[in-house]
Amino acid sequence: MNQHNIIIENLSLGYKNSANAVEIFPPFSLTADSSQFIALVGRNGVGKSTLLRTITGLQNIFSGKIYINGKSTESLSRKQYADLMSFVSTETVRVLHLNVFDLVALGRYTYTNVFGNLSVSDEKIILDSLKMVGMSDFIWRNVSELSDGERQRVMIARALVQDTPIMILDEPTAFLDIPNKYEIILLLRNLAREKAKTIIFSTHDLNIALQLADKIWLMANKKMHAGTPAQLIQTNAFDQMLDGTMLKMENDEIKIKN
Amino acid sequence: MRNRKNIKFYFAALSATAILLFMLDIILGSVSISVKEIFNVFFSSDKVEPQIYNIIINFRLPRACVALLVGVALSVSGLQMQTVFRNPLADPYILGVSSGASLGVALFLLGSSVFSMILPVLVSNFCIASAAFVGSALTLFLVLIVSIRIRDIMTVLIFGIMFSGAATAIVGLLQYLSSESALKTFVVWTLGNLGSATFDEIKVMLVITLAGLAIVIFSIKKLNVLLLGDVYAQTTGVNLKLTRIMIFISTSLLTGQVVAFCGPIGFIGIAVPHIARMFFRRADHRILVPACILLGANIMLLCDIISQLPGYSLVIPVNIVVAFIGIPVIIRIILSNKKIIN
Repeated sequence: MNQHNIIIENLSLGYKNSANAVEIFPPFSLTADSSQFIALVGRNGVGKSTLLRTITGLQNIFSGKIYINGKSTESLSRKQYADLMSFVSTETVRVLHLNVFDLVALGRYTYTNVFGNLSVSDEKIILDSLKMVGMSDFIWRNVSELSDGERQRVMIARALVQDTPIMILDEPTAFLDIPNKYEIILLLRNLAREKAKTIIFSTHDLNIALQLADKIWLMANKKMHAGTPAQLIQTNAFDQMLDGTMLKMENDEIKIKN
Repeated sequence: MRNRKNIKFYFAALSATAILLFMLDIILGSVSISVKEIFNVFFSSDKVEPQIYNIIINFRLPRACVALLVGVALSVSGLQMQTVFRNPLADPYILGVSSGASLGVALFLLGSSVFSMILPVLVSNFCIASAAFVGSALTLFLVLIVSIRIRDIMTVLIFGIMFSGAATAIVGLLQYLSSESALKTFVVWTLGNLGSATFDEIKVMLVITLAGLAIVIFSIKKLNVLLLGDVYAQTTGVNLKLTRIMIFISTSLLTGQVVAFCGPIGFIGIAVPHIARMFFRRADHRILVPACILLGANIMLLCDIISQLPGYSLVIPVNIVVAFIGIPVIIRIILSNKKIIN
């Protein structure tokens, strides 16, 4: 059998409603393996979120196929999805009186009984995940009192306790300062290595993607460019993305055109 | 984990006060009856004056039972709606159930007056309840169709508000055109009345309330995940459509029966969930659902005791008492919620 965690076959992105169908990105094919840390980059509105939403099944496939662990996603129930992949969205969660422990515990949804009562092992998994993201001292804090960086760590811990082979994050470093950005991305990269997870995250931070990702999926000029950072630099893929802007790529760095 | 003992203690205490208030609701009233006489009515074969027996068994006892059921049903419905719509100001009537019921009652009471039909039956409480029930059932049906076809919960919310607006407009037209006596009956209905249900009707209320609560109890885990929003709920493994449908059915059952038998009783549904959150300082529905059941029962019983103005012969409509207790809570929510509404 195949060893790829995710196989995307001739997938195109777009929106369908009863009246019409609009394709926003032409067909492409991709694969992702376990332990791979993949950055999805591209300009605003190119379809990054649509791709992530399609992979997680939040949006129906426009055309093409996605296989996860060899199974087509078309027939998956929400529960089956939840066992395969966890998701961290850009949405900020602010709930009055919701503490960090209770929030992270929600990630154990598919494992707990009908009332959501936690077993001793569930509690251990939650505490371990909080430790892994460096939030052990915040267990009983209210989520609404956390800083953006702290909240993002908690949301990652919530995804971790879901214990899935795949983790998908939509712009996990948006709103963060530079040290926090690097800390979160390094944390995710370690998780991919240590837990043998496939982690896919979208970002606008080219520096981070170039330095820390194993692979980059770059959406530009209606084409998907996939490869290691070095490969994409060699094939001038970034120039495609910056085409028509005031910027250019020069020796791994973004410069303003004269 | 933390606070587990405390929470159990509070639940026990609130159960005790609910029982106490239930007894007080039977003891206190416009006619003063001694505790001994009341004891005799229930537990002794001693002769009791038939008048006193009648007051206790046919008026105060059913009234206290209704207050208890209404408090429980509205509080839990309000909690569900605030979670599903992720809006602290959502109430049990947000789906339009009470507007639908009002429309049903208005068509029945006022419509017959407008079209100068002579009602084939007396305008009994049961007829009003049936009209309200048909109205709220039709509303539920519409809400379910909308929520099956539309993914975005805000669109469902807007639909609910628009439906309420349309129903209110029709009710307004009927009020404008109807006779004075029909209008008065309708207005009195809108003020809420805990005292008109018979024991047979209370049995119906009890069965519907238990059915609604059963759905809520099996939705507790889903409600918790829904706190994080639809995207997180789905990617955590929740079947969103099915969950919404179950929650809407349970809310309509719980709220529909209240409106049918007691009229549209306001404020409890919006205020009690907030009182529960302020009191327990948790967002976990494993705590909030029982907390709303207990606090709802307590508060509604208290409102009923106040509305009967012990010692006076006047009974003020329960909606007026409820408003005086509910409004300060809601103002507090608005003032303190700036930080949670983003």
